[in-house]
Amino acid sequence: MNGLAQHLPALQVVVPMLVAPLVILLRPRGLAWAACTAASVLAFAIAIQLMLSVQNGGPVTYLMGSWPAPYGIELRVDSLSVLLLLVVTGASVTALVGGRDSLDTQIETDRQPYFYAAWLLALAGLSGIVITADAFNIFVFMEISSLASYVLIAGGPDRRALPSVFKYLIMGTIGATFYLIGVGLIYMMTGTLNLADMEFRIHEVADQRPILAAAGFITVGLALKAAIFPLHVWLPNAYTYAPHVVTAFLAACSTKVSLYVLLRFDFFVFQGNLAGHAFQFAVYLMPLAILGILVGSAVAMFEQNIKRLLAFSSVAQIGYMMLGASLVTVAGLSAGIMHIFNHALAKGALFLAVASFATVAAGLRLDDLKGIARRMPWTFGAFVIAGLSLIGIPGTAGFVSKWYLISAAMEFGAAGLPLVAVILVSSLMAVVYVWRILEAAWFGEEAGEPGAPVTVSPVLVAVTWVVAIANLYFGLVPELPVSLSTAAATELLDHLP
Amino acid sequence: MELLGLYHYWVFAILLMIGFYAVIAKRNLVKKLIGLSLFQAAVFLLYITMGKVDDGTAPIFPEAGAVIFSNPLPQVLILTAIVVGISTTALGLGIVVRIKEEYGSIEEHEIQEIDKR
Repeated sequence: MNGLAQHLPALQVVVPMLVAPLVILLRPRGLAWAACTAASVLAFAIAIQLMLSVQNGGPVTYLMGSWPAPYGIELRVDSLSVLLLLVVTGASVTALVGGRDSLDTQIETDRQPYFYAAWLLALAGLSGIVITADAFNIFVFMEISSLASYVLIAGGPDRRALPSVFKYLIMGTIGATFYLIGVGLIYMMTGTLNLADMEFRIHEVADQRPILAAAGFITVGLALKAAIFPLHVWLPNAYTYAPHVVTAFLAACSTKVSLYVLLRFDFFVFQGNLAGHAFQFAVYLMPLAILGILVGSAVAMFEQNIKRLLAFSSVAQIGYMMLGASLVTVAGLSAGIMHIFNHALAKGALFLAVASFATVAAGLRLDDLKGIARRMPWTFGAFVIAGLSLIGIPGTAGFVSKWYLISAAMEFGAAGLPLVAVILVSSLMAVVYVWRILEAAWFGEEAGEPGAPVTVSPVLVAVTWVVAIANLYFGLVPELPVSLSTAAATELLDHLP
Repeated sequence: MELLGLYHYWVFAILLMIGFYAVIAKRNLVKKLIGLSLFQAAVFLLYITMGKVDDGTAPIFPEAGAVIFSNPLPQVLILTAIVVGISTTALGLGIVVRIKEEYGSIEEHEIQEIDKR
């Protein structure tokens, strides 16, 4: 690689971060959106280019300022990072392109430049987390992305967003500070912040107890950020009251990026070094994953607000990802990682469709959505496809990851059967809550005069359909997520003794 | 005496828990933020004390002779973390101002009451 191409890992973060302050200066209407979208599209293109180089030539490393690792900050892009990069930048592009009209109605014009600047900072922070190989750098990017997402969530017209974002801020900061304590303890014992170097030097540490404490702090802190049950309480309200397009963006990627750091630490840094770590990881996190799946789905079955319903379904889906990881096998881990990708597709499409519904319906309670299918048949069609993918109907992306998850559980023989039962029960619950939305939208009678079919924002409908078709495409041709997540799982478990 | 010799860890742990308690137990949103700042400040102390070397001095390149340095890296890290902490507090206070404007209260239970109506 030569010229610009070798700087792609750095540009992935630098482009959105540099455009962010410029966006604030773009006062004329629509210009801020255009600049923000252009930067996102560029970031997406860089992510695709990085994916191709990783698939062809293995992990890409980049030394910031040419300082050799572990002294300087190293950027490292492997299969797992690339998968997350595609999700993050892809979600940003689709949400921005499709969500322009929705954002215009929800964000006042004179505040829009600041809003888009915060969006780009969130994008830069999220991409930075997955691309860097430095533990402290991860903390800084985590806080950049978190602070920016607090601004995004609080940016909407609904005042209930404010107390929810305050709760998110408190819990998010506690999570990040826990992570910082853990990194501090490791630094104290090893004297390094580079993840690969850390993994290597922990071998030489005689007293393992501080490392064990660090593993605890890091796992709990990141579980808070990733909204793993029972640390998910900030998530439903934050997603419900955020501007609709922001929900589509953040639901697709923000918790998953924290999950990525969790996997990176627990499998890459700690796994080979701490005695019995695999067992402890499985014993602590599997029950939480199972409870998360069941409780999240059960609450979603009784929820009235469609965004809250989908938010609780997200809690359950994060449970699937953790369940896969807590099996600590290549098959289980790749199923969990694959679900990150597939769930982002399904939830992204669902929340984009919700953004469409919101422009027509009086509110977002199921009662408000009665008969919406007849008024917005196209949006509803995309919603159905994404809903089927969320349930895991064969032929959709959601099916692929659930299938891999079930086969990973079956590797354990009879011991895996209860897990399969959990997955099946929860899928049935998903049928119930998706059906409740479809029933209200399709069979429900509108209270007043039946409205005529309306087309709001054809771009939004088109983008929703693109994501919905991606659900079908990756359901029928799952090579890309399967190959990336299998490679990622193999790389992560490479360190097992 | 070993316990007392590690007194800086005690300071860290006690400050951390005071801050954590305030975040959980206080209903006033500003007091919660004060607790959060204390919580973060405790971690700053953990980092700063770990970099201290006995008889170490500031890491400035000496004109002559060998000098024992304290480790400067944790201090640099914490400089960054302090900036992050200030931004978090500032944003938190900004949100509290907005909450006060919208709800007329900064007491958590009163806000919940208003939202239930």
